[in-house]
Amino acid sequence: MSIPLVLFVALPLGAAFVLPLIGDRRRMAASWLANLTTGALLILALLSLGQREVYLMGRWTLPLGINLVLDGLSGLMLVTTAVVAAAAMLFSIRYMDRYTARAKFLSLFLLMVTGINGVILSGDLFNLFVFLEIASIASCALVGFGCEHEELEASFKYMVLGSVGSLFILFAVALIYGMTGALNMTYVARAIRETDMNAGLAFALSLFIAGFGLKAALVPFHAWLPDAHPSAPAPISAMLSGVLIKALGVYGLARLIFNVFGVSVPLGWVLIALGVLSMVIGVFLAVGQWDFKRLLAYHSISQMGYVVLGLGIGALIAARQGDAVWASLAILGGLFHLVNHAVFKSLLFLTSGSVEMATGTRQLKRMGGLVQRLPFTGAAAGVASASIAGVPPFNGFWSKLILVMAAVQARLFALAAVTVLVSFVTLLSFLKVQRYVFLGALPEDLRNAQESKSSMLVAMGFLAVLCLAMSLLVLLPALRETVLQPAVDVLLAGVDNSITLVRY
Amino acid sequence: MLYALCFLLFMIGLYCALVKKNMVKIVLGLVIMEYAANLFLIMVGYRLGGAAPILSRPPAGQPVAALHSVDPLPQALVLTAIVISLGSLALMVSICIRTYERYGTFDIGQIRRLKG
Repeated sequence: MSIPLVLFVALPLGAAFVLPLIGDRRRMAASWLANLTTGALLILALLSLGQREVYLMGRWTLPLGINLVLDGLSGLMLVTTAVVAAAAMLFSIRYMDRYTARAKFLSLFLLMVTGINGVILSGDLFNLFVFLEIASIASCALVGFGCEHEELEASFKYMVLGSVGSLFILFAVALIYGMTGALNMTYVARAIRETDMNAGLAFALSLFIAGFGLKAALVPFHAWLPDAHPSAPAPISAMLSGVLIKALGVYGLARLIFNVFGVSVPLGWVLIALGVLSMVIGVFLAVGQWDFKRLLAYHSISQMGYVVLGLGIGALIAARQGDAVWASLAILGGLFHLVNHAVFKSLLFLTSGSVEMATGTRQLKRMGGLVQRLPFTGAAAGVASASIAGVPPFNGFWSKLILVMAAVQARLFALAAVTVLVSFVTLLSFLKVQRYVFLGALPEDLRNAQESKSSMLVAMGFLAVLCLAMSLLVLLPALRETVLQPAVDVLLAGVDNSITLVRY
Repeated sequence: MLYALCFLLFMIGLYCALVKKNMVKIVLGLVIMEYAANLFLIMVGYRLGGAAPILSRPPAGQPVAALHSVDPLPQALVLTAIVISLGSLALMVSICIRTYERYGTFDIGQIRRLKG
């Protein structure tokens, strides 16, 4: 069955326009509409898994028109986005009771989903920029949604650095158009293959790396993330850390490097360097944090390093014409960790929201013993902490194991050691969270802390079950072949992937 | 040469956005960067002595429009980019206003509650 790809953009966009019309008085109607939209997107995304399709906007044929492309990688990203969006939306029904302007919040949320889906599906460089800006502007407004001191400050910082990133990307798109005379990724890839790399293209590529690096908060470009992600309301933090930095940053980077420019040995090393820096610096900054959400935000930087490291090792092996099996394994590890991180980090942010709602604070030192008052939240946080730290039966363990295996096979033993070390520090850091938040003595003023509402528990439970169930994605060959392997094949096919798409 | 000047304008904007301490000046720096990017896009499609890219029947003896007109695509892109930048500029300015209401200053040296 073929799905009209435009629905992934049109559905949330349409709902985002209808929501402000419903107004703030009919809150439940607005919440229902928003949840129906994210639910429908989840079903559509699951149906589209493993398909390959091209949608021509307005039926204009390719060199003239704009197209949306669904392949293995876009499919995987769409499902990830839809899962996290559905859970965060369900969570926000009751969580957002504390804020006013419900309809505007939901509308901005759906606009952000529109932008993310658009970036994932776009087959055209300029169109990618447009969707990227939609997602950035919506997310920026959401970071400052509370309009308090810290939120406005974080929002401004995010907006300035985000705009700098977007403008780098716009400038690079202009350069690419000047050099190749095309904007469609397929045609750009073909033109680059014919002319080979030259100074202009290399400059455009470095602008793209800086721009998408800013969006993904990789280490030299990470300054905004630890401010922006904690300041947003908890469901939005979950979306930002869970999906936005991946779809706008890492996905864009991977798509351009693998499918448009083509991999080379120096590019592989650049990715590896960015990945290792993010892993190590992110995790060491996280250890010293006492603000719950800020600690989680620093771990996002560190975990994104794992993803980029996996992609970098894959690019390096592929560029050296090494064994395709190991390149495939490295990329598989990176992408699997991306999906895993989306699930467990959004779960962690949701539990942090639940804790903040019950206690009114985010300071670790002022909490303790909350597992007595919030048993479900405590259990969900335990599952997510075990996942992120790489404790065996959970999904995070398998992706880290694959990454270490790939690093050893590429004869990068130091990298394998660093991967294990960072994982160990992550474990220590999350033991600290468990120790200070959920275990220990319950402080006097938290004796009356209330467990979250049932819809919030359903959202957290859904993600917690996924944390365990997603291990099956690599353990069962049938699931691996339908979900992860198509995405890996897209990246491994390199420049040829986009060129074959013209036939459709 | 013109391309280099355009890139210089871009770098001036970047310098202003990253170094200045006043929020309004930072926003202005971003606007300069956007202008530089838009200007660059227009220049990419420009052709010396070219005609306006309007599709019409050429007068007798003239070549068809596509051969001597400027490239219309970058102009369409710039229009889109301007609309987008309007949206982000409006949001940035409103954040500045709300921040001024809270802190009573535009100096980012004094607006720093977030640390670590």
